[in-house]
Amino acid sequence: MAFETKNVEKNQLVAEVRALKNEGQRLVTTTCVDLGESFDLLYHFDLDLQMTHLRLNVPKGESVPSISGIYFAALIIENETQDLFGIPFEGLALDFGGHFYLEEEVKKYPFCKVTVGKTETAGEGA
Amino acid sequence: MATIVPFGPQHPVLPEPLHLRLVLEDEIVKEALPTLGYVHRGLETLASIRDMDQMVQIVERVCGICSCIHAHTYCMCIEGLMGIEVPKRADYLRVIWSELHRMHSHLLWLGLLADAFGMESMFMHAWRIRERVMDVLEATAGNRVIISVNKIGGVRRDMSPDQLRWVLQVADELEKELDLIKPVLTNDYSVKKRTVGVGVLTYQQAYELGAAGPQLRGSGVAQDMRMTGYGAYKYIDFAPVVEKDGDSWARTMVRFRELYQSIDIVRQLVSSIPDGELAAKVKGKPTGEIACRSEQPRGELMYYVKATGDKYLDRVRIRTPTFANVPPLLAMLPGCEMADVPIIALSIDPCISCTER
Amino acid sequence: MLDMTATVLRNFLSKTHTRLYPFQVREVFENVRGNLDIRIEECILCGMCQKKCPSQCITVNKEAKTWEVDPYACVYCGICEECCPTSCLFMPKDYRKPARTKELNQQLQLKGPEKKKKAKE
Repeated sequence: MAFETKNVEKNQLVAEVRALKNEGQRLVTTTCVDLGESFDLLYHFDLDLQMTHLRLNVPKGESVPSISGIYFAALIIENETQDLFGIPFEGLALDFGGHFYLEEEVKKYPFCKVTVGKTETAGEGA
Repeated sequence: MATIVPFGPQHPVLPEPLHLRLVLEDEIVKEALPTLGYVHRGLETLASIRDMDQMVQIVERVCGICSCIHAHTYCMCIEGLMGIEVPKRADYLRVIWSELHRMHSHLLWLGLLADAFGMESMFMHAWRIRERVMDVLEATAGNRVIISVNKIGGVRRDMSPDQLRWVLQVADELEKELDLIKPVLTNDYSVKKRTVGVGVLTYQQAYELGAAGPQLRGSGVAQDMRMTGYGAYKYIDFAPVVEKDGDSWARTMVRFRELYQSIDIVRQLVSSIPDGELAAKVKGKPTGEIACRSEQPRGELMYYVKATGDKYLDRVRIRTPTFANVPPLLAMLPGCEMADVPIIALSIDPCISCTER
Repeated sequence: MLDMTATVLRNFLSKTHTRLYPFQVREVFENVRGNLDIRIEECILCGMCQKKCPSQCITVNKEAKTWEVDPYACVYCGICEECCPTSCLFMPKDYRKPARTKELNQQLQLKGPEKKKKAKE
């Protein structure tokens, strides 16, 4: 089956997602792929058993706007991505501050291929 | 005055290590915060040190109860990337084993739910019936729970005609046993008092929060991944099981009726299975990206695989149904009493080892 | 109340569903992957089983001519049995008995020196 994605920029992301929600699409999940110099964030949506995909390329160190204001279910996935890859999300509805899965002792992000050291953040931003 | 009570990760009724921080006011739950991460094993990173064939065995071990379907979906992804066509007999056998997994998963869940509201005899009977399904799996596939029959291109074992006849016999016996349990679930006063009206999820909430599986179908949304017709599902007729109320009783009835539906599917497949080869030849390495979905006993499972032609795959992403069912759980809990929390937590059928692979 | 009487009588007169374990042992089905064993004389020490094992539990040492498996790491999937070129690995159907210490179940197989080459006589 063909896999078609639509590329979006960071500033268009929220508008695109809101348009998809008004059509009635449901969020399936978000995938993060480590490409070495940047991350590839893929958003997967579903309507009536057909899937649509969005692709957002983000250089390492930059933050991404969160879609948990539009889809409440996204906050679990975004917290997990924050823990495992280290991409900060702005505007998370419920932010665990990087400790959703992992404990405070974990010092580097586990899923990154080129490891980025974890900076000491100022506690949990709830 | 709010009191905070921790529920889990160790709890006599809860089978999975899920921690919920309940904020209570006079025994009514006001809000709940989840904490996960007790069984995080990082299985997705193993894709960078194990090759494509060994990943089948690793992906099977994400969850014990629905392991065959994880392997099936992963093999579907790789076969889609490489353009391999699976022989018809292998498709039929894969689906027969998947439906047997669905039956044993729902029977296990039924026992745990009965234990949650104190009915230990139903727990024992449900697990006794489940042993018949385990016997079939052991005799035909080699192991009881994690059966390792899928490989890229097809299946590794065959079922002889004698075994197929025996599967039909077991299906008949199971139906008789389930008919004995059915009046208890549908008519008993205590069961209904504990489950009707408890943990209501409306149609709108279930649709928007991204619920999956019996959560969704118990609230009236008729969506089931088996309707897309992957594998051998395109050769049989199939309609999803839907209930309208959205409470725990509706979800229980959805799963119970799915047991009957699985027995029916197994009968249709066994009586029309064609002869043929068991696996197609696999040559070369995959390239590209693909996303595949299938229906596990707990809901909809999605796999995303990215490969670049190397010996190791670039990225394997698994989205399991319990991961999608956690936000609806957080929406169902406020407003219920503290004694109802185990029932609601069990009615989503949690599988935390799937959630944090 | 009378429905329950029928159930009670039926349960009272039928035999139990459980069995008395150490005294009555269940018969194991055929084709079950119970244990991993090797016919060491036929092994050519190629190391294929070590490469293909998903849990990396087999160690093949070519200089010392040994083949070793860790039975507690093995997941009994059967891939090594399928890819062995001389078919010397086999999986008998009986499970291992419970043991009190782990060392009782270690499996180390040494290949004897007289079978190094097929000597023509």
